[in-house]
Amino acid sequence: MKFRRRRGDNTIPVQVEGNHKLEIVWTVIPIILLIILGVPTVQSVFGLSKDYSKDPDAVQVIVTSHQYWWEFEYPQFGIKTAQEMVIPTNAKIAIETKSGDVKHSFWIPALAGKIDSNAGANVNTMYFEAPKPGVYLGKCAELCGPSHALMDFKVKAVDEASFDRWIAALKEPVELPADPAVREAFVSKCLSCHAVGDQGGMIYPNLTGIGSRETVGGILVNTDDAKYANEGTVYENLKRWIEDPDKIKPGNGMGKVALTEQELDGIAKYLSELKLDY
Amino acid sequence: MTIKNRHSVFDCRRIFFLIGGLEAILIRIQLWKPLNNFVSADMFNELLTMHGTTMIFLAAMPLLFALMNAIIPLQIGARDVAFPFLNSLGFWTFLFGGLLLNVSWFTGGAPDAGWTSYVPLAGTTYSGDHGVDYYVIGLQIAGIGTLLGGINFMATIINMRAPGMSFMRMPMFTWTVFITSALILFAFPALTVGLAALMFDRLFDANFFNPANGGNTILWEHIFWIFGHPEVYILILPAFGIISEVVCTFSRKRLFGYSSMVFATMLIGFLGFMVWAHHMFTTGLGPVANALFSIATMLIAVPTGIKIFNWIFTMWGGSIRFTTASLFAIGFIPTFVMGGVTGVMLAAAPADFQYHDSYFVVAHFHYVIVGGLIMGIFAGLHYWWPKMFGRMLNETIGKITFVTFFIGFHMTFFVQHFLGLLGMPRRIWTYLDGLGFNGLNLISTIGAILMGIGTVAFLINIVITAAKPRNAADDPWEDGRTLEWAISSPAPEYNFAQTPLVRGYDALWKEKMDGNKGMTPAEPLGSIHMPSPSILPFIMSVGLFIAGFGFMYHNYYIGAAGLIIMFACMVIRSVKDDHGFHIEPDELQGKGVKA
Amino acid sequence: MSAHSHADGKLPHEPEKATLEGRNKVLGFWLFLGGETVLFGTLFSAFLALRHQVGEGNPTGQELFQLPLVALATFLLLTSSLTSVFAIQAMHRQQTKQLISWLVITVLLGLGFLILEIYEFYHYVHEGHGFTTSAFSSSFYTLVGFHGAHVLFGICWISLLIGQLMKKGLTVITAPKVYVSAMYWHFIDVVWVFIFTVVYLMGKVG
Repeated sequence: MKFRRRRGDNTIPVQVEGNHKLEIVWTVIPIILLIILGVPTVQSVFGLSKDYSKDPDAVQVIVTSHQYWWEFEYPQFGIKTAQEMVIPTNAKIAIETKSGDVKHSFWIPALAGKIDSNAGANVNTMYFEAPKPGVYLGKCAELCGPSHALMDFKVKAVDEASFDRWIAALKEPVELPADPAVREAFVSKCLSCHAVGDQGGMIYPNLTGIGSRETVGGILVNTDDAKYANEGTVYENLKRWIEDPDKIKPGNGMGKVALTEQELDGIAKYLSELKLDY
Repeated sequence: MTIKNRHSVFDCRRIFFLIGGLEAILIRIQLWKPLNNFVSADMFNELLTMHGTTMIFLAAMPLLFALMNAIIPLQIGARDVAFPFLNSLGFWTFLFGGLLLNVSWFTGGAPDAGWTSYVPLAGTTYSGDHGVDYYVIGLQIAGIGTLLGGINFMATIINMRAPGMSFMRMPMFTWTVFITSALILFAFPALTVGLAALMFDRLFDANFFNPANGGNTILWEHIFWIFGHPEVYILILPAFGIISEVVCTFSRKRLFGYSSMVFATMLIGFLGFMVWAHHMFTTGLGPVANALFSIATMLIAVPTGIKIFNWIFTMWGGSIRFTTASLFAIGFIPTFVMGGVTGVMLAAAPADFQYHDSYFVVAHFHYVIVGGLIMGIFAGLHYWWPKMFGRMLNETIGKITFVTFFIGFHMTFFVQHFLGLLGMPRRIWTYLDGLGFNGLNLISTIGAILMGIGTVAFLINIVITAAKPRNAADDPWEDGRTLEWAISSPAPEYNFAQTPLVRGYDALWKEKMDGNKGMTPAEPLGSIHMPSPSILPFIMSVGLFIAGFGFMYHNYYIGAAGLIIMFACMVIRSVKDDHGFHIEPDELQGKGVKA
Repeated sequence: MSAHSHADGKLPHEPEKATLEGRNKVLGFWLFLGGETVLFGTLFSAFLALRHQVGEGNPTGQELFQLPLVALATFLLLTSSLTSVFAIQAMHRQQTKQLISWLVITVLLGLGFLILEIYEFYHYVHEGHGFTTSAFSSSFYTLVGFHGAHVLFGICWISLLIGQLMKKGLTVITAPKVYVSAMYWHFIDVVWVFIFTVVYLMGKVG
């Protein structure tokens, strides 16, 4: 250490007031650096704000956030789904975000930046592309209540042909459970809020094709080769979720539904077999 | 309950700091492994809200205020602050506001909508219990104290400087406190209005932030950040001042580029009001606003850079002593530079679309607030402790504090940058396994515990020191440059028996270099007028405390009673003249007359 | 320093600035008014952001506001500002009696303003414009009500000072108090000018 004081050293260093040349240098150089940084910043701010919401070639998706799930509406195709956004790899995806309750923030870290979904009339737009097919993790990035941490969703990028097949499959009618007891329970206890095909209510997540989604409830990952506590087969996950949703996602709007063991089994099995072919 | 609370009441501010720290450690324990169940999701949101609120409003600011109170009058050669009564009132309102906020833990749930309390989450529809009421009312009461403090320090610095102490001879710490006080004055009323509006929404069904009846939730974000961004500079500027003092003293050198330092401080303060919307890049303000606020934010890097270079060149060619205080100050510089660099990264709106609300942001603001402000406070406490209490803190324990805290700090927060870049959002109660977050979170938790150990070492140091004899010299570091080192340690209650005559920048150093023993007095020895102690500020704050509870639980009689207590005290204060008392010259003799 | 000891028993020309305490008080109060400016500025911004959010079927500002009544209130408050200037001039001439009289007139004018405002609010509530009706109504009552509360506080404060002046007379202790209360009164007057413009005139235009 060059300037370390030795014990008993009583010399007084030169008292320098300043140095104009140096001070100008370390003021001007940062300004130049900031200009170099500022120009691309401004360019890309305007670049990212391009509006594709009227572009017929872009896939329009209206994203509505809820405590603690995501709704995806495709106005061009007249369909609505939840928790899993399927997109084609060859098109711009034009997003419009709004919220059904509190403020959330729509974020797919691997694909794009985030955009908030505001409560009330302040609707936001953004766009992104997913050139490579695959499954991407989406998150809520704004504190929205106890289960903010668990408000995940998936984005599945597929080629154009499978995207078209997915749209068509989603529009097809869905058969209700064959077992009359299970069907009775499903219609009276599930379809009051949820929909399958063209039946049921639309205020909570659409269940059409839930058996072929990557997750149940956004966080219970469907896999035959479970490694972690939040993984299991789609049937196991559905059962786990329906049994006590509050245990999986504290504070969510579903609550425990009174079902017999047989009804629970039957509904979980039925839903796990609700697959879309695309 | 005395008017001069400045040397006795340090303790409760430290206790809030400890509560905030404990909350942080609980947060880190919950996050040490994926899908942990150490605390519930609800509890976690309460912890993160109270950690932020407590650290900003009840720990960082009051600790700074304590230092300002103790040091500013000494540095400008004043007997006291301009408004001793307001000073005391400010302290008590802060204490009772903080108390009210923390009572919420025992009455069915602390606030849980984050320290920013974004609506509608903080509205009654989604936060139906009283938690957020405590936030709104507690901060309102504590905010009064801060505002009064700001006015007090501004008036003190403008009106009470000793003869010869021109503005451009003021020590750097005094300058930064002056600018900070101005920021408080112009920023806090915005928070007052925001909190009042949220309180009206919650308690009286107003519609400011209720979209169903035409309210606007973005309005809250604007109001909050118009206050909230200057608040960040309110916190960091005094730390800049402390670092300037400590670096000079322990380098035995004059501050390099004093006038550019003053100018840079003003510029930072001014720009602080121009950049609030960079907290809202993802809210959807449109490209024009985002571009403008990006550029304005980046500009702040220029004056901040000037400061960093000035500190480095102050040390350059100096004769540096590595005491605990100077270690904290030297450790501050690279740490703060890192916080500044990530700040510029965040300033670029398109990049912020990725960083925003991720752990990257958490890392950034802890680098500036803990690495900047808290290290500054530690430096200041070790530096001025003998002046405040007459005893030197133990240097060995001090160095242990520095090493554990410094290493712990970087362990905790450095890795959080990468967690953010990997896609971990902030304010999450838990995270799934298999995302690559596990190892970094574990490191972060260990670091947090190390910081806790550092803090405990500091507490032990205080206790050990308190038991030692009160024998600190007037100028215990031997290289003191400013007026506070010209009088005895601890400073007598009247500060200066005779107001000193200031003959230049670094007033005491100038006398030393001219071969004088101490300051030249600017007035003959005479009797000193002192204000009487008063219990009214305490009672007023109790009144506000009671009123807060009354309104919160819709018991308007109690609410009114509390307000009546407060207004009655104001009337008494106005009607009853305070003649104070005098300290006569012969009483001063025994205490050693020093100008 | 202390003006108690003036040999002729007379106060200095500007008794409010005769002592350090007095000078501190005046400076501190200027600073306080700076903070108050931000406070009202924020209230104005909130009002401006929300003033069109009237809601279905609720009365708009255009339908509610009666300019003659508001103009009368404005006239009262502006006049009271003038009378408080006279009060300060009387103080500088050290005519305590005149000072007290002008202060009493100021308080009475302020009371007149307040009564008109209370009547106005009462009337609005009956028209279906309550505090909780819409975002417009909430922000309207908060802005105008904050100002009204300031007027009320000013009235109580100046009344208290009148009592002190009668008891203790004009001294270097009471003078700064009177002076800062006049500053305060001018300030709420200026705020009202903005309210009159932004809330009422702009509201009438639509």
